Amino acid sequence: MNYFKESIDSLHEKLVNKEITAEELTKQTFENIDQTDPKVAAFLALNKEAALAKARQLDQQGIDPNNVLSGIPVAIKDNLVTKGLTTTAASKMLANFNPIYSATVVNKLDALDTINVGKTNMDEFAMGGSTENSAFKVTKNPWDTTKVPGGSSGGSAAAVAAGEVIAAIGTDTGGSIRQPAAFNGVVGMKPTYGRVSRWGVIAFGSSLDQVGPITSTVKDNAVMLNAISGLDKHDMTSSDKEVPDFTANLDKDIKGLKIGIPEEYLAEEISADIKQSVQKAADYYRQLGATVETISLPNTSYAVPAYYIIASAEASSNLQRFDGIRYGFRAENAKNLDDLYVETRSQGFGDEVKRRIMLGTFSLSSSYYDAYFKKAAQIRTLIINDFKDAFKKVDLILAPTTPTTAYGIGEDVSDPMTMYMNDALTLPVNLAGLPAMSVPAGLDKDGMPMGIQLIGKPFDEATIYQAGYAFEKETKFNQNTPKMGGNN
Amino acid sequence: MSSNISKEEVAHVAELAKLKLDDNKLDYFTKQIDDIVGMFETIDKVDTTNIDPTYSVTDQLNTMREDIADNWNQRQALLDTAPETKDGFIEVPTIIDESGDGE
Repeated sequence: MNYFKESIDSLHEKLVNKEITAEELTKQTFENIDQTDPKVAAFLALNKEAALAKARQLDQQGIDPNNVLSGIPVAIKDNLVTKGLTTTAASKMLANFNPIYSATVVNKLDALDTINVGKTNMDEFAMGGSTENSAFKVTKNPWDTTKVPGGSSGGSAAAVAAGEVIAAIGTDTGGSIRQPAAFNGVVGMKPTYGRVSRWGVIAFGSSLDQVGPITSTVKDNAVMLNAISGLDKHDMTSSDKEVPDFTANLDKDIKGLKIGIPEEYLAEEISADIKQSVQKAADYYRQLGATVETISLPNTSYAVPAYYIIASAEASSNLQRFDGIRYGFRAENAKNLDDLYVETRSQGFGDEVKRRIMLGTFSLSSSYYDAYFKKAAQIRTLIINDFKDAFKKVDLILAPTTPTTAYGIGEDVSDPMTMYMNDALTLPVNLAGLPAMSVPAGLDKDGMPMGIQLIGKPFDEATIYQAGYAFEKETKFNQNTPKMGGNN
Repeated sequence: MSSNISKEEVAHVAELAKLKLDDNKLDYFTKQIDDIVGMFETIDKVDTTNIDPTYSVTDQLNTMREDIADNWNQRQALLDTAPETKDGFIEVPTIIDESGDGE
């Protein structure tokens, strides 16, 4: 199946009209993966047998013409637990972990009769921005296989960009959906904190983590978010706010929409091509009748330190559960219980995870708690207030998603400071719990994809989709596809 | 090299986090953590007097439920995911070192 020429809608039509069966579509998806994944390495595990069995069962009961997702194959990031299918979070710690339940998002997709084709690669426990921190394999950017796909949802973004699947699920703690979406020229949405249940997501930074879809079009993305949103009694931070149909207003005129560009997001570290892509996007929006003005989010430069203090603190707490006792990896030949904990964790975690656990342990320790953790939480309030003030003036914020396009494999991984600063444009949104989406914004001078980021008010994903759809329709940047991949 | 954190402090933090680092790794992490903590310290200059900290951004204040156990009847399945079990229990090493070469 040539996914570069399809959408969820067009596949649904083919399934309903019996031009293709769900089984054939699933088989062809695995053919895509067999053909492309040796070059891209987006997948950690394939779910062939169960996927084909479910597709056959769907064919027998008939595709529901009123359920656009019936029989659509999707991929799932490997930090969402899947019952009966190995879930590793790309860590040696969980190399053979077989969950006894599925994440709420996975259950919702399953109940809507999507077909889970497999689990995608990521940075270990979602810590990183290049997928190089996976304990198992290095995923390549399908646009240039010497470059990283971004991360931590690098496998999900690369799988969609390479035409292996039509849609994939990712998670975003500091940009882990939006940054790989930008690096791969696809659409990635981080919903409002609480919009999507985190139950069954292997926790990293619990006050920051959100699940969201990665797709090649804005509409497909909205369809996927419809499927996974909503209150979940298992996640007490999930919101009881009504979930609107995110596809309902896509075509609505954006005339009169007030858009703000934060001056702090166009600092000198941002590549010239990317700055220009934001200005061009502003021009498009003006042509479509929106107003675009410069705004200020004055505390932006403190977001990186505040985020890394908070995220590492939450990570150090969340990752205490990996102790070699109840599940996952257990070190051999431990002399006593304490030795078992230490050996298991020292052998089971990779360097980036250890670094974050230590940073978090440090900033939570009693002598540093006020100076680091509490101070960072206060700065988080200031960052939230910046956004609140901005949204008094504008409906939507337009910004670059990343400072640069994808960099070479091996370039940044040894220098954590550079890696952390790369997240400066995405992580303020996680601190504030806001929804934001990266949309393809063309190619830079080296032919690598760029992304613009649309940031909305809390629970206003609908306006983000509306503006993203208008931009996509006007520019057709989503129709750029990598030279390699799928059936090109 | 600035020194925001010493090698001894990093070793102490690693111990608290139940991580063991050999000398090479300790040097490697100390250099990196020193840089990162230096970056953390830039927040010092922000005036946060009377600013409440934010620890959660959920819009759900209290979520109540009936206090009823939700038994999934998955005892055996859970035991099957444990690395070592014996007689229906998860097995762990002794708390006190019995090998003779311990502390």
